[in-house]
Amino acid sequence: MFVSYKWLQEYVDLSGITPDELAEKITRSGIEVEGVEVLNEGLKGIVIGHVLEREQHPDADKLSKCLVDIGEENPVQIICGAPNVDKGQKVAVATVGAVLPGNFKIKKAKLRGEESNGMICSLSELGIEGKLIAKEFSEGIFVFPNDVTVGEDALEKLQRDDQILELGLTANRGDCLSMLGVAYEVGAILNREVKLPNPAVKTISEKATDYVQIKVEAKEDNPLYVAKVIKNVTVTPSPLWMQGRLMAEGIRPHNNVVDITNYILLEYGQPLHAFDYDRLGSKEILVRRAKVGEKMVTLDDAERTLTADHLVITNGSEPVALAGVMGGANSEVKADTTTVLLESAYFVGPTVRKASKDHGLRSEASSRFEKGVDPNRVRAAAERAVELLALYAGGEVLDGEAVVDTLQVEPVVISITLEKINRVLGTNISIEEVANIFTRLQFETSVDNETITVTVPTRRGDITIEEDLIEEVARLYGYDNIPSTLPMGSSTPGYLTTYQQKRRTVRHYLEGAGLYQAVTYSLTSEAKATQYALETREPIKLAMPMSEDRSQLRLSIIPQLLEVVKYNVARQIDSVAVYETGPVFLSNGTDALPDEREHLAGAITGLREQHQWQGEKKEVDFFVLKGILEGLFAKLGLEQKVEYRQAAVEGMHPGRTAQIYLAGQKIGFIGQVHPTVQKDLDLKETYVFELSLETVFAEEVAPLQYESIPRFPSITRDIALVVGKEKVAGEIESIIVEAGGKLLKDVHVFDLYEGEHMEPGKKSLAFSLKYFDPEKTLTDEEVTKVHEKVLAAVKEKSGAVLRG
Amino acid sequence: MQERLKELQQEALEAIQQATDLKALNEIRVSYLGKKGPITEVLKGMGKLSAEERPKMGALANEVRDIISANIEEKQQGLEAAAVEAQLASETIDVTLPGRPVQTGNHHPLTRIVEEIEDLFIGMGYTVAEGPEVEKDYYNFEALNLPKSHPARDAQDSFYITEEVLLRTQTSPVQARTMEKHDGKGPVKIICPGKVYRRDSDDATHSHQFMQIEGLVVAENIRMSDLKGTLELFAKKLFGEDREIRLRPSFFPFTEPSVEVDVSCFKCGGHGCNICKQTGWIEVLGSGMVHPNVLEMSGFDSKKYSGFAFGMGVERIAMLKYGIDDIRHFYTNDVRFLKQFQVKE
Ligand SMILES: [Zn+2]
Repeated sequence: MFVSYKWLQEYVDLSGITPDELAEKITRSGIEVEGVEVLNEGLKGIVIGHVLEREQHPDADKLSKCLVDIGEENPVQIICGAPNVDKGQKVAVATVGAVLPGNFKIKKAKLRGEESNGMICSLSELGIEGKLIAKEFSEGIFVFPNDVTVGEDALEKLQRDDQILELGLTANRGDCLSMLGVAYEVGAILNREVKLPNPAVKTISEKATDYVQIKVEAKEDNPLYVAKVIKNVTVTPSPLWMQGRLMAEGIRPHNNVVDITNYILLEYGQPLHAFDYDRLGSKEILVRRAKVGEKMVTLDDAERTLTADHLVITNGSEPVALAGVMGGANSEVKADTTTVLLESAYFVGPTVRKASKDHGLRSEASSRFEKGVDPNRVRAAAERAVELLALYAGGEVLDGEAVVDTLQVEPVVISITLEKINRVLGTNISIEEVANIFTRLQFETSVDNETITVTVPTRRGDITIEEDLIEEVARLYGYDNIPSTLPMGSSTPGYLTTYQQKRRTVRHYLEGAGLYQAVTYSLTSEAKATQYALETREPIKLAMPMSEDRSQLRLSIIPQLLEVVKYNVARQIDSVAVYETGPVFLSNGTDALPDEREHLAGAITGLREQHQWQGEKKEVDFFVLKGILEGLFAKLGLEQKVEYRQAAVEGMHPGRTAQIYLAGQKIGFIGQVHPTVQKDLDLKETYVFELSLETVFAEEVAPLQYESIPRFPSITRDIALVVGKEKVAGEIESIIVEAGGKLLKDVHVFDLYEGEHMEPGKKSLAFSLKYFDPEKTLTDEEVTKVHEKVLAAVKEKSGAVLRG
Repeated sequence: MQERLKELQQEALEAIQQATDLKALNEIRVSYLGKKGPITEVLKGMGKLSAEERPKMGALANEVRDIISANIEEKQQGLEAAAVEAQLASETIDVTLPGRPVQTGNHHPLTRIVEEIEDLFIGMGYTVAEGPEVEKDYYNFEALNLPKSHPARDAQDSFYITEEVLLRTQTSPVQARTMEKHDGKGPVKIICPGKVYRRDSDDATHSHQFMQIEGLVVAENIRMSDLKGTLELFAKKLFGEDREIRLRPSFFPFTEPSVEVDVSCFKCGGHGCNICKQTGWIEVLGSGMVHPNVLEMSGFDSKKYSGFAFGMGVERIAMLKYGIDDIRHFYTNDVRFLKQFQVKE
C-alpha cells in the first residue's frame, strides 16, 4: 500500500511530524514502511505554460515551433517534439534553469537552427511511470485543464509536492489497505484524532429499485450486494487533484467515473464497480456461480472460460463481471455513458482468491477482498462514491439502493485480565495505560476492576483472541519498554544426542583427513536421481518442478559431489576432496512420507600430497580413499567389523570397486568412477564412496576399556607366499588370523610382488606376523609351534607356496 | 738428561699446536708418549744416574708426559668441537622455505554457523531436534495455524509432491512434531536446524533450497521478556558483545504477538552504512509467542503453558557475517570459497 503524506493529512493532523519521522513511528509500532519516496525529488523550475502559437519547424518534420506564455514578461519560443502539442493548450514547461530527473538541466538551445528556451514536458519526463499515465497522454505531453493559471508550479497541480510511504503489509493487516485504515493506525500511534469523511448526498425522487432488482443465488460467496444508480452522468477526465492522487498511489487515471471508484477503493478499502446501466441490457442483477465452460470477456479484452468455482455478476443471463476481480467488457463505462449502476459488495475472500488465482488476475480489488473488507464500510463507501459522482460527474443520484443483505455482523467482544497481559509480556503495565491504548485505537472498552472488555471494530478483522489484544498493547506500549529476562523454572540439560555427536566426529575426522564439507541440492534431474543409489526405489517426483534439473529427490549423494568436482576441475582446481552428509529419499508410495536416510559420501581427485619445492607428488588412488575410510571406522570403533568385497557397481570401475560390509551387512561402496563417466564429466581419475551413516551409527560399539601396555616382548615372523593372482589378500589374512589364535597379535601385508620373476598367473604376498603373550615372554619354541600351524593352514586353504 | 726432556717437551708442544686434525694429533700421542717414544728412550739412560737424582728425574719425566698428555687432550677437544661445528655448518637449511603442507578441509560455512548457534543454545539447556525434509502438509502448515485457505500460504509457494506431501518450507514442522511427542508436558527447549525448500528461481538472493534454524521454548510462565533476553544473548554471541537488538511488531500465523528482530549493525555500529541501508539496524530473525492454537493443536493446554519461538535463515546470517554477496556460492561448493572458512575466530 502506498500512502500519500499529503492525503493522509485530511484525516489526521500530522503537524510537527515529517514523513520520515512518521515512517519510523509506523515501522516501530507494527507496519514496516519499506520506503519513503519524494515525488518531486530532483525536480525544479517546472511551471504551467500556455501555448500561444504553434507552427511547423521549418527544417524538421517532427518538431513544432511554439510560442509559450510562462507567466513572465514575454512569451518564449520552445521547440517541442510531442505529436500532440497544439495552440491553446496549458502544459508543463521546464524553463531555462529547470532540472528534470537524472539531474538533466534545461539550457537555452538551438534545435535545427531554431532557438528553444525550455522544454514542454510529458508526465514521464516529470518522473511518472509510464503505466500510470492516462492513455491519451502516454505518447505525448500532458495537457492540463484550462482552469490552471499560467506560471504556477506544475508539480503542485499534479500533486507531486508529496511524499509516499510504502507500507509492507503482513497478511493480517488488510485494514491498512485504505487511507482510512492507515488514518486509524496513525491516529493511535500519535494519539491524535481521526477525522472521517462525512458524505452529503442530494437524491432525486426516482428510486434505484425502479431501475434494478438484485438477486443473489450464492449467498455464502456474496452475503451483501448494494447497488446505487446515478443518472445524467457526463464522462470526462476526473479533477486534476484526483488524478494526481491516483498516480501517486500507483493507479492510472481513466475517466471521472472509474477514477472515483478507484479513489474510494483507496480511501475506504472497499472495491467498487461501475457498470454502464444501459449496456447491462436488463433491470436485473443476478449473482451466481458460473456454469462450467461459461465464457466472458473481461475489461482487459481477454476471454475467460469459467468454472463452478467462480462467482459472476450477471444481468440475469450473461456474466457482466467476474465478482471481486474484474468487470466485463460488455458493460464497461465509456465516454458516452450516461447512467451508472454502482456496485458495492461484500465478496468472501476464498472465492475471490480462487478466481484471481485461476485466471492469473490480481487486481487492487481482488487483493482487498482476499484479505477481507470491512462489512460495515460497504454502504459508507457507496455513499461517499455517489457524493463524488454527483460532484465531479454531474450525476443525479437516485433515491435509495437496490440491495440483498444476508450478512450477519457479530461484533467480536474479548475480555482479558491485566494479569494475563503482564504475564505474557513480562511487564508491569497499569490498567490505565492498557485502557488508554485501546482508546487510542478507537476500540470500545469497559474496565471492571482488572478486567478489560474490548469490542473490536469490524475493520480490524485480524483481532479475534486475547493474544491479539496483547499484541496491540505490546506494539503501542513499545517493545523497547519490555524488559529482558531469561526463562525461569527448572533447568534442563542441553546436549547433543549420541547420533549428533558422532556426526560431528565424522565431519571433524574427514576434514582433518583433507576433505572439505560440501552442501549440495536435494533436488536433481531424473537421470541423476537414481545413479549410484545404495538402494533402488521409485524416485520421488515433484508435482510442479521449476526445471527438469531440479525435478526429483536424490537417492544418492555421489552424482551431486561429482558435479562439485566437475565444477572445480573446470576452473583449474585440479585437486578436489569433498564430502557431504545429508539425506537421500526412498519412496514409500504416494502420500506416505519417504524414508529419509542420512548418507555420507565423498569424492577425491588429483593430488593427495604435494610438496612443490621438493618435487614430491602423490596422486590419489583407491587406497588413499580406503585409508581415509579405515581411519574413520577406527575412529568409530568399528574397524574390526568392516569388510571390503570386490564388487561391480554400475557407473564404477569394474576392477576397482568394493562393497563395504559392516558386521555382514552391506552399508555402501568405494571405488573409482567408471572411466566413461569420468570422460563424460571431463574428470581425471576420481574416487568416491557412499555409506549409510545411519547404519554405521546404529552399530553397537564396545565400551572403551583400557588395555594394559605390554610388559613382555613380542616376536615377529615374516612370510612370503606365492599364490594365484586371483587370490585376495583379505582372504589369506583371514586364514592367518584364524589359525594364529590368541597369540597372534597383529598381521599385515608388507609387500606385494607381481613382477617378471614370478611364474605366469602368480603373485607374491608378504605378511608380517606379530606374536605376543600378555602373561609372559614367549619362547622361540612356542612361537614356532603356532607359526607352523599358520603356514599349514595357509598352504591347505589357499594353495599358497612358501617363497624361497 | 734434564735438558733433553725439556727439549722433547718443547718439540711435542709445538707439534701439538701445529696439528690440524685428530689423526695428526693421534700420531703425536703415539710418537711422544708410546712405549717406543723418545721419553721412554731417555728414561732408559736413567740407570747411569745417582740414587738421589733417579727419583727426581723420574718425577720430571712424568711431569713432561703429563704436560704433553694434557696438551694433547686440550687440543683434541678443540679439534673435535671444530669438527662438529663444520659438520653443522654443512647441514644448514633455508628455514624460510615453505613447510610440507598438511592438507585439511573444513566445515561448510552454513555448518559453521549452525554449530555455533547449536552450541550457544546447548549451553542454555536446549537440545537439537531434527525432522524430515519431506513433510506432511499438516505439520508444515495446518499444525502451525495455517489452514488450507490461509492467505499467507501464497507467500510460501511450495514444492508439493502430492496434495498432502511437500518439501518442508520451514523448519517449524519439527517444532510441531516435537511438541506432539511431549504429549502436553513441558518444558520443551529445542533448537531445530535444517534444509528447507521454496519454489523460487535461483539468483543472487534467492535459492530454492536453503537452511533455517529455529528455536522453541514451551513451559509454564514463559514471557515475551524471556524471548527478548534470550535473543539479546544470541545477538551478542553471534555478532559481538556490543550488539543491541530491537523488536518490531510483525505477523506470523504461528505466533501471537509476533516480532521481527533487528540487530544493531555490526559493520558501522549503528551509525549507518550500506550494509544496514543507512538505518543502523539489520533484520536477522522472526519470532514471537507461540500462538495458542499451535499449542492446543500439539496437545498443550494454552491456559497452563506458554512459549516463544524464533527462526532465521542461515544463509542470510552467513552472508551478513562474512560479507558474502551471492547465495548461490553456498551450493556450488567452489573450493576457493569453501577453504576461506577454516579460520577459528
Ligand atoms: Zn551499518
